[in-house]
Amino acid sequence: MEAKTKDLWVFIETNEDGSPKKVGLELLNPGRRMADKQGGKLVALVVGNNVDETIEQAGTYGADQVIVIEGPEFEKYTTDAYVNALAYAVEKYGPTTLMIGATPNGRDLGPRFSSRIKTGLTADCTSLDIDDETGNVAWTRPAFGGNLMATIMCPDHRPQCGTVRPGVFKKPEPVENKAEVIREDFHVAPEDIRTTLLETIKESAGDVVDLEGADIIISGGRGMGGPEGFNTTLKPLADLVGGVVGASRAAVDSGWISHAHQVGQTGKTVGPKLYVACGISGAIQHLAGMSSSDCIVAINKDEDATIFTVADYGIVGDLYEVVPALTAEIKKLKEA
Amino acid sequence: MNILVCVKQVPDTTQIKIDPVKHTLIREGVPSILNPFDGYALEAAARIKDKNPDTKIVVVTMGPPQAVAVLKECVGIAADKGYLVSGRTFGGSDTLATSYIISHAIKKIEELEGPFDAIFCGKQAIDGDTAQVGPEIAEWLGLPQVTYGLECEVDGDTLKVQKEAEDGVQIIGVKFPCLVTFTKPSFDPRYPTIKRKLAANKAKFETLGDDFDPSMDPANYGLAGSPTHVKKSFTPPVKEGGMIIKEETGAESAAKLAQILVDNNII
Ligand SMILES: Cc1cc2nc3c(=O)[nH]c(=O)nc-3n(C[C@H](O)[C@H](O)[C@H](O)COP(=O)(O)OP(=O)(O)OC[C@H]3O[C@@H](n4cnc5c(N)ncnc54)[C@H](O)[C@@H]3O)c2cc1C
Ligand SMILES: Nc1ncnc2c1ncn2[C@@H]1O[C@H](COP(=O)(O)O)[C@@H](O)[C@H]1O
Repeated sequence: MEAKTKDLWVFIETNEDGSPKKVGLELLNPGRRMADKQGGKLVALVVGNNVDETIEQAGTYGADQVIVIEGPEFEKYTTDAYVNALAYAVEKYGPTTLMIGATPNGRDLGPRFSSRIKTGLTADCTSLDIDDETGNVAWTRPAFGGNLMATIMCPDHRPQCGTVRPGVFKKPEPVENKAEVIREDFHVAPEDIRTTLLETIKESAGDVVDLEGADIIISGGRGMGGPEGFNTTLKPLADLVGGVVGASRAAVDSGWISHAHQVGQTGKTVGPKLYVACGISGAIQHLAGMSSSDCIVAINKDEDATIFTVADYGIVGDLYEVVPALTAEIKKLKEA
Repeated sequence: MNILVCVKQVPDTTQIKIDPVKHTLIREGVPSILNPFDGYALEAAARIKDKNPDTKIVVVTMGPPQAVAVLKECVGIAADKGYLVSGRTFGGSDTLATSYIISHAIKKIEELEGPFDAIFCGKQAIDGDTAQVGPEIAEWLGLPQVTYGLECEVDGDTLKVQKEAEDGVQIIGVKFPCLVTFTKPSFDPRYPTIKRKLAANKAKFETLGDDFDPSMDPANYGLAGSPTHVKKSFTPPVKEGGMIIKEETGAESAAKLAQILVDNNII
């Protein structure tokens, strides 16, 4: 496909209630900078149902234009409805760049879309830039389980596309909302949606956890030694500081805590303000999910544990001594 | 039921070390393995076969000649047959080009094995971690897709897939033919049995070479046919100078950390 504009698009994924997924707004931040460099508009593409709040926020966080595809068939994500909507809009307007949040849905949609349009897609990026020489987007992403970073470009196909991890960028500062809103009358017929959601088995109430949206995560690994400590030792600290409890795969595989809590390559990618790793060695697959946190604290008995190489603050010691003391001390300081 | 599983041979990325001086990956001595997620896909197919014994499981891999090792491994576990897609002109393909070749290979294999009801892939390959090839094959073949599958069950003309979702597990119904990618389920996949292993050692695997399908457009594969190009690769920068807090006791260290976190407005 030929680009018809120099515009940069950010796909803003919505929740079932029509509110935006955080990562969509986050991407308006690098999006602004890159759109200016490319010399085009920053456009938010919003797909969903009852998305007024999302349209508003897209403008507040700096989009010059908001293109909206709205309808009940978009309330719950399906590959078929969303890829049709995305392909329709992109073919009509011809942006030069498209960014999608690397959520589970985004990573389902991205490759389906790029292969429909026959263009290149770089998955799961953690840093973005415009190459000075060619003007192409330089998409940087981890590979080999995080052992290697690769910078990838898509020189001859448009739009150049990438999915970008949640939590890597911060939401931009709000601006005066001057966005032009364009509503597209586009719908997908029920028979063109070939998958049906038959049932949702929610995690049991205590197990719902929003790791990606959390500002503070207190995580435990195999060093927890059993399931109890998650509730008796980590949870009180998390509750005190308004955070949530995370876990390494070793802890999840041991059955100590549900998979919903897992951070890492096969769990969630997180970028909180504070990540406290308790009894986690720092395997590359774990680091892949949390190393972009603003501040990392590691508590580990083994002073040679890899986790200390990414930590801003480390304590060598027994987590069952350190964490309760930390909780008590923070409580004291907060009350003072 | 006729199921195709796409499998890839990958380096065991948990064993890769970084050369501390040259900052490059040390690949020597790193074993090649069956991509773990493809093992989960094969297990899902094997579980269908457990219940429907007339199921045929075919595996396909694209890669250098030595990738035949993963076909053997899959036959040792559960597969009935395997095909290797291997050609010099296929080298350098990115995910779109790879999926183009594999989707053509699938059509070719269907001429020999009959049409597939389902195509199973791993969620992602642990070398590239892209998670793209599955959905891209689905698009080339015009099939509906379900990603992040955990396990699945045949119900008449429908496949019911348990899908890992953000708020729990969803059960998605999709009609055959379809493509499903699999992530790690709560159970371990089965191991090869001795009997199957012996049979696998004797098994012959057909190779689809460069010109297995003359209708393929060379502009769509290989390095030149790939829309994305790796401009550079580097080892991730190591974070500088974290601070180790080391007081007399763990409790004292904790107290100091609490002070730092509060003073810096982190909490
Ligand atoms: C394909 C693939 C995907 C993977 N995906 C993920 C993923 O998404 N997330 C993930 O986390 N892992 C993942 N892994 C697994 C990863 O390689 C590691 O095995 C795992 O992260 C280790 O977890 P851990 O640090 O809790 O356990 P360990 O490595 O066993 O470390 C436990 C640590 O606890 C310390 N310790 C013990 N007792 C105490 C105590 N009382 N006080 C303080 N410290 C103590 C020990 O010194 C040790 O450092 C993946 C692996 C593969 C192959
Ligand atoms: N060369 C290949 N041969 C066969 N299957 C592949 C190949 N590359 C990728 N796949 C399949 O596509 C899935 C996703 O791979 P990737 O997009 O590379 O992460 C894998 O788990 C395999 O099932």
